[in-house]
Amino acid sequence: MTDKEFINLTGMPSGTTGTITAIEGGYGLINRLNSLGIRPCKKVTKISSMIFRGPVTIEIDGNQMALGYGMARRVIVKPDDPIK
Amino acid sequence: MKILLMGNPNVGKSGIFSRLTGVRVMVSNYPGTTVGYTRGQMKLGDQTADVIDVPGVYTLEPTCQADEVALKMLDEGDLVINVINATNLERNLYLTLQLLEKKVPVIVALNMWDETAHRGINIDVDKLQKLLGVPVVATSAVTGEGIKKLVQSIPLARAPQIAAQERDARWVTIGNIIKEAQQLSHRHHRWYETLADATVQPLTGALLALVILAVSFFAIRFIGESLINYILDPVFQNLWAPVLMKLNGLLANVEFLRSILIGKLIDGQIDFVQSFGVLSTGLYVEFAMVLPYIISFYLVIGVLEDTGYLPRLAVLLDTLMHRLGLHGYAIIPTLLGFGCNVPAVLGTRMLESKRERFIAATLISIAVPCAALQAMIFGLVGARGIQYVILIYAVLFMVWIILGVIMHFTVRGFSPELLIEIPPYRLPQWRTFLQKLWMRTSGFLREAAPIILGSILVINILYLLGVFDAIANFTAPVVTGVWGLPKEAVTAIVIGFLRKDVALGMLAPLALSTGQLVVGSVVLAMFFPCIATFAVLVRELGIVNMLKSVGIMIVTVLIVGGLLNLILSSLTL
Repeated sequence: MTDKEFINLTGMPSGTTGTITAIEGGYGLINRLNSLGIRPCKKVTKISSMIFRGPVTIEIDGNQMALGYGMARRVIVKPDDPIK
Repeated sequence: MKILLMGNPNVGKSGIFSRLTGVRVMVSNYPGTTVGYTRGQMKLGDQTADVIDVPGVYTLEPTCQADEVALKMLDEGDLVINVINATNLERNLYLTLQLLEKKVPVIVALNMWDETAHRGINIDVDKLQKLLGVPVVATSAVTGEGIKKLVQSIPLARAPQIAAQERDARWVTIGNIIKEAQQLSHRHHRWYETLADATVQPLTGALLALVILAVSFFAIRFIGESLINYILDPVFQNLWAPVLMKLNGLLANVEFLRSILIGKLIDGQIDFVQSFGVLSTGLYVEFAMVLPYIISFYLVIGVLEDTGYLPRLAVLLDTLMHRLGLHGYAIIPTLLGFGCNVPAVLGTRMLESKRERFIAATLISIAVPCAALQAMIFGLVGARGIQYVILIYAVLFMVWIILGVIMHFTVRGFSPELLIEIPPYRLPQWRTFLQKLWMRTSGFLREAAPIILGSILVINILYLLGVFDAIANFTAPVVTGVWGLPKEAVTAIVIGFLRKDVALGMLAPLALSTGQLVVGSVVLAMFFPCIATFAVLVRELGIVNMLKSVGIMIVTVLIVGGLLNLILSSLTL
């Protein structure tokens, strides 16, 4: 496994897609993200991220949501196209 | 029988509620519109059933105060109508399964059915019904489709026998249901979706936000001023003034009554701003100064709410709001505060932590002037030059930022990160849009109007009794010494506790310099919130935190008013 095979949502370029592989967090965080549909095996498209460690906007199953930088960093994604 | 409407946020529960009961409720396009619960009644055969519109939740494990409200309700219900968003079936079914495990009778309203077709979603309702084991009805609260069938299904509801599951097992169950009951056809990103996404990109988003907020501001001003200049002011000047002058003649021998009802004549004529009688200034302030701005504000904010722009604004402003100890979503109650602080403070319930709610509510009650006060600022200060109006907004904005930063560093507790759903853009629906505008406008007329007239009555009586002179002498050191206002201005500050608009109106006859008027406006905006806001603050924060909030307010208003006076008087404004 190389470094670039898995990245977190903050490192993912806007406009690209990938598959969520893990959420690195406690029960509470996983629960909250899950209930919004952010969970492993889901296809995710990154829409945007705000500057200065602002929130990240993503789309899953055609529905958009925004999550804070700290949370986004805990969502691990396998990008569809490997990142150079 | 008690029927609960439950479901994820922003799936249209309030829309269904309104269809079932005929009760008017606020419907918008952002999660968290409903923060308390609304009750209504509906006919079921020859019985009446109570229907309760419960705030939206994603799971039965609470994450904020609005969630807790929702969960407490669950114990009371005899039946749950689980409203789910058909365009987001998978996620919505999580709550559905949790509800089914609770063994309460459930029926499922598959809402937003009208949006599925163009989003390439095909759901087999019969199959879904079989898999869930409870009635499922496709509905659209917007068009009314399926509502009748939903009502007919209520007697069919029963509690299914489903064993409780762990989280991951639940998702597996949902996965299986989805595989059988839903088909998605692939669909390309449309051009307007790319355009929509531009509003959450850092650069284009910020530019568009500036444009949207500027357009909103000028639209509010334009509509408000047009209503005043072309309709309401002419009505008062041409139709009402002659009537009052007649009445004035009739009351010539009853000076006490005349001065209360009509007030001082200026150059032998009624001056609707300065006369200060109940029937002159009282009615004028209410209908010709404040009401037009209430209408125009809620017209514009209604468009922002119903299109779904507000959650995007929350994303854009999240980083800034974190500096104030809040997260982006706090901008929504803050914006509502520019209409009225009461629903704004209630709206802070959508924030997750106590600390956030304290900071947000304190900032709203100190630094966010309500529409009524703003209308008066436009009317009175705007007459001296628009730059002074801008100055007032700039000062309040700085207070908002600086006070927020200070509270961020001093208030204990934690502020969680932003985690929100961003609804698709939608066109406002006339029915719900006008209904909401009507509810807010009539709410103002019903609740604020009697207080406006009543406080002018009280002011006149207290003046005649000389009570204000005593207060004025007592508070002169602060009012005159610190803020540089004439000591009579204290009466306005006292009345500000009842109504801010009337209070600012009381400064009109005092012949203040422009600088004094600016200081007076800022002090009135920041000092004690009106009594209605005060009551919600006590209810939402508790006595202790409300006292803390008031303490912060008093210190801030003394400092800011004093500094502003020093600066403006040295500029001899």
